[in-house]
Amino acid sequence: MHDKTITELSQLLENKETSSQEITQSFLERMRIIDPHLNAFITINEDYALQAALDADKRRKDGNAQKLTGIPIAHKDIFCTRGVKTSCGSHMLDNFISPYDATVTKRCKDAGMVLLGKTNMDEFAMGSSNENSFYGYVHNPWNPELVPGGSSGGSAAAVAASLTPIATGTDTGGSIRQPAAFCGITGLKPTYGRVSRFGMVAFASSLDQGGPLSKTAADAALLMNVIAGFDPQDSTSVDTSVPDYTATLNDSLQGLRIGIPKEFFSDGLDPEIATAIQVAAKELEKLGASLHDISLPNTELSVPAYYIIAPAECSSNLARYDGVRYGYRCEEPKNLDDLYKRSRSEAFGDEVKRRIMIGTYALSAGYYDAYYLKAQKVRRLISQEYQNALQQVDVILGPTTPTTSFALGSKTDDPISMYLNDIYTIAVNLAGLPAISVPAGFAQKLPIGMQLIANHFQEAKLLNIAHQYQQVTDWHKRQPEMNHQG
Amino acid sequence: MELSPADVLKIANLAKLHIEEDDIPDYVTNLSKILEFVEQLNGAPIENIKPMAHPLDVMQRTRADNAVAVTTTKATQANAPEVENGLYLVPQVIE
Amino acid sequence: MEWETVIGLEVHVQLQTQSKIFSNAPIAYGAEANTQANIIDLAMPGVLPVLNAKVIDMAIMLALATNSQIDQQSIFARKNYFYPDLPKGYQISQYENPIVHNGYLDITLDDGQQKRINITRAHLEEDAGKSLHGNFQGKTGIDLNRAGTPLLEVVSEPELRSAAEAVAYLKTLHELVCYLDICDGNMQEGSFRCDANVSIRPRGQEALGTRTETKNVNSFRFVEKAINYEVARQISLLENGEQIIQETRLYDPDNNQTRSMRSKEEANDYRYFPDPDLLPVSISDEQIAEIQKQMPELPAARRQRLQSELGLSDYDANVITASRKLADYFEKVVELSHAETKLVANWVMGDFSAALNKENFNITQCPVSAELFAGLLRRIHDNTISNSIGKKVFSAMWQTHKSADMIIEEQGLKQVTDSAAIEKIIDEILEDNPEQLAQFRAGKDKLFGFFVGKVMQASKGKANPQQVNNLLKQKLFTDSH
Repeated sequence: MHDKTITELSQLLENKETSSQEITQSFLERMRIIDPHLNAFITINEDYALQAALDADKRRKDGNAQKLTGIPIAHKDIFCTRGVKTSCGSHMLDNFISPYDATVTKRCKDAGMVLLGKTNMDEFAMGSSNENSFYGYVHNPWNPELVPGGSSGGSAAAVAASLTPIATGTDTGGSIRQPAAFCGITGLKPTYGRVSRFGMVAFASSLDQGGPLSKTAADAALLMNVIAGFDPQDSTSVDTSVPDYTATLNDSLQGLRIGIPKEFFSDGLDPEIATAIQVAAKELEKLGASLHDISLPNTELSVPAYYIIAPAECSSNLARYDGVRYGYRCEEPKNLDDLYKRSRSEAFGDEVKRRIMIGTYALSAGYYDAYYLKAQKVRRLISQEYQNALQQVDVILGPTTPTTSFALGSKTDDPISMYLNDIYTIAVNLAGLPAISVPAGFAQKLPIGMQLIANHFQEAKLLNIAHQYQQVTDWHKRQPEMNHQG
Repeated sequence: MELSPADVLKIANLAKLHIEEDDIPDYVTNLSKILEFVEQLNGAPIENIKPMAHPLDVMQRTRADNAVAVTTTKATQANAPEVENGLYLVPQVIE
Repeated sequence: MEWETVIGLEVHVQLQTQSKIFSNAPIAYGAEANTQANIIDLAMPGVLPVLNAKVIDMAIMLALATNSQIDQQSIFARKNYFYPDLPKGYQISQYENPIVHNGYLDITLDDGQQKRINITRAHLEEDAGKSLHGNFQGKTGIDLNRAGTPLLEVVSEPELRSAAEAVAYLKTLHELVCYLDICDGNMQEGSFRCDANVSIRPRGQEALGTRTETKNVNSFRFVEKAINYEVARQISLLENGEQIIQETRLYDPDNNQTRSMRSKEEANDYRYFPDPDLLPVSISDEQIAEIQKQMPELPAARRQRLQSELGLSDYDANVITASRKLADYFEKVVELSHAETKLVANWVMGDFSAALNKENFNITQCPVSAELFAGLLRRIHDNTISNSIGKKVFSAMWQTHKSADMIIEEQGLKQVTDSAAIEKIIDEILEDNPEQLAQFRAGKDKLFGFFVGKVMQASKGKANPQQVNNLLKQKLFTDSH
């Protein structure tokens, strides 16, 4: 049961060959055995899940089922879930019970999906390895000594280990795509404004975007049909029509123009990844696409620009955690300043504090122009560069990450080398573009991710290409061998 | 850009973070490294380029001026560290 | 040394909307603590702001009324600072590209002179909550009901030269925002509050002195006192060779002094940047034209018109236009009653306003509609009743909401204008008072009033006073000749 895609599970439910309760039970059992070794979940609420499964089965019996009614899902613990702890991976929100549902979680609930639990993540989505969680490391199902990637590491590990058939994540600089690549699954970062940010705890508001982590592109399309779309509660949500993402999955790739930027194949890239990505590109060529060399000369500038903009926004977004209305409060504050400073210092982890400090500095008097404003200009420069490239080609193809997963603890002392891990993913967030990471081979038994980038609101195209690729390859079907399977 | 310990403390105060004396050198090193790293931006060809605050060139949407009664007070206050008579309590604020 | 006072005012005008500026929580003054603050006002994790359309319209109205420029691409910014009544740790405000800028307001000084005060800018922002320093185990209580209430902060150039000028400016602005119906003007509830930037300099010097900012002064009288105190304090400091510190001060009305606010003593670095949760606000020419069409006549123009068209005195025009609703009421009564404007003005400023004040009603709560009131004045105007009977009818009308005609009919108050009937009464009075008649005839002219009074009394006030006068004169003087 657990190795099935949601496309398959939904078919089984529709054919009445199984029930949501049966599916849910099966995943909960697997979680009980395997999750203690992965630590992919922060909260598992079995009663809640079983009740939802019961409701879903009744709904199906009553003939009111939608496509994903009764399908289990795990939400990254950044999405507010009413009445359920929403920690954002932080000590700060360890005791926070959300009084409301995020639009994404509400849409899933309304569709009859069954919430299995909330997944582990880097604190406030800041990190590329899931090592910055108050709830401890998440282990990569392909090798427990390695990181699953981050910040949606719990979601990626849970899907890869089949603890849930599908999960949500958020992507601010690569936080869906990079863990998807590290864990050998499919991860889609939609266009900025396509999926509502309402109820998704903010890290960097102009970069954050929620999306699916799934076993296949077809599964991602099914979930996108539920979560994508205009939300009047999010001013940055875009009011354009949403296609049926499954409708174009089988479109031919004949005539598709694929751009391959030479900057994505520069020095820092693992040669085995470079080879795998070139092989994957050839595969798409066989399906009718044409390959074109392109250049994105300012790729390198995306990382420093990002590491000004994201911290600047985060320094302001995280000011609300002050120990007054919710969240952690220090013991016996001597005065107001003490309340603020100790509550925040005791409850935020090192990376979060580091980014708050950098962001505060970049916005402070005398430095705003030198840092923040300059980064905003570079942001436009990069965005224009992508727009120019996407005039020449339909999609841009490259590796998702410069290396495969790395050892737990190997980069924690060196923030810059950690940041550089996002070199291929960050520009997409700066430009607000949609991008997908798809399994495209293995290096030393570790999954490799291929990234495809399209123009704004072209998610359907990305899913179509990824799906076609998955019809002729089986990288996405490979499962990690886990020794502790019960 | 090399930060001084005084810079670090000033930023920490603005950000309302408490930094232990012993941790200051680490902050000086790490933050200075990051600032050095972002200095790559200084060479960027950005003359005549306008800053970009949003990924999409769209305009603010507005909502009609309709009020909806608040029903979440109990659920929101259940999360509060200290509440009395509906008020959130903090150490005395001296004005 | 002769000192010159330099004052610039920042006025927070609370916009009169149903819901908050970035959330749909209602705006209600005096509600139970934190019951009017929704998840957005409380800055729960993950919430987002959505702009209330009404506040844009209101800002445009103020811009049109103050001859200001409207920024057709206005931007919201975050002003970052920590304070317990500021739930997000930042206030959504406007920094670069405020919606309104470069306008002016003409004010009238005590000597009748006009002075033009330039308005630097007016920007939209959200209000903070309230800190209550009550008896909570020595702690401060935070009520966030007010958090997110829309404000338009109107910033003047430092062109005011005395406390009296500052008050004149404030009153003019207050009247204007009430006229535009964008603010309820209630200063006690904080709907219109002012921060005063005050500095002094030797007369003739161009450079500005160090200024202090006195916060949240919530009445015209306190503004005057606070500024006067602050000016005196600054002069005394400088004349004693001391320095003025640039700081925020709080006015304490109980002791009539200003004092430094310790909580704001840290040098602020607000780290303004464009709010990434909100997009640029675009205002079209069509939208401005649409608002232009809805603009009410402004107080100065209306005062002018009431004098030139309706012949009101300068004084009456000022009193009646002090409130737009009173002026509207007045004009409606004039139109419906066809009575002389002086009569209407006297009644509106007299009994009508007195009755409102007595009940502590504002004009929208008035039980006597303009239609009813016009009906009364029509009857006075056409001599159906006298002015004094009118007062009786008015108070009945206030209680019963019945028309003047009905009250006159029911109570038999119709004025007696039949000369024969009045003459009959006069004859009886003269006959009953031979002594007074003799004295009058002997030259005691003052007794004329005595006879008028007697006649009116005998008629229960219903005799037409003018007619009584004429007939009595005829009788007394004719008979004596």
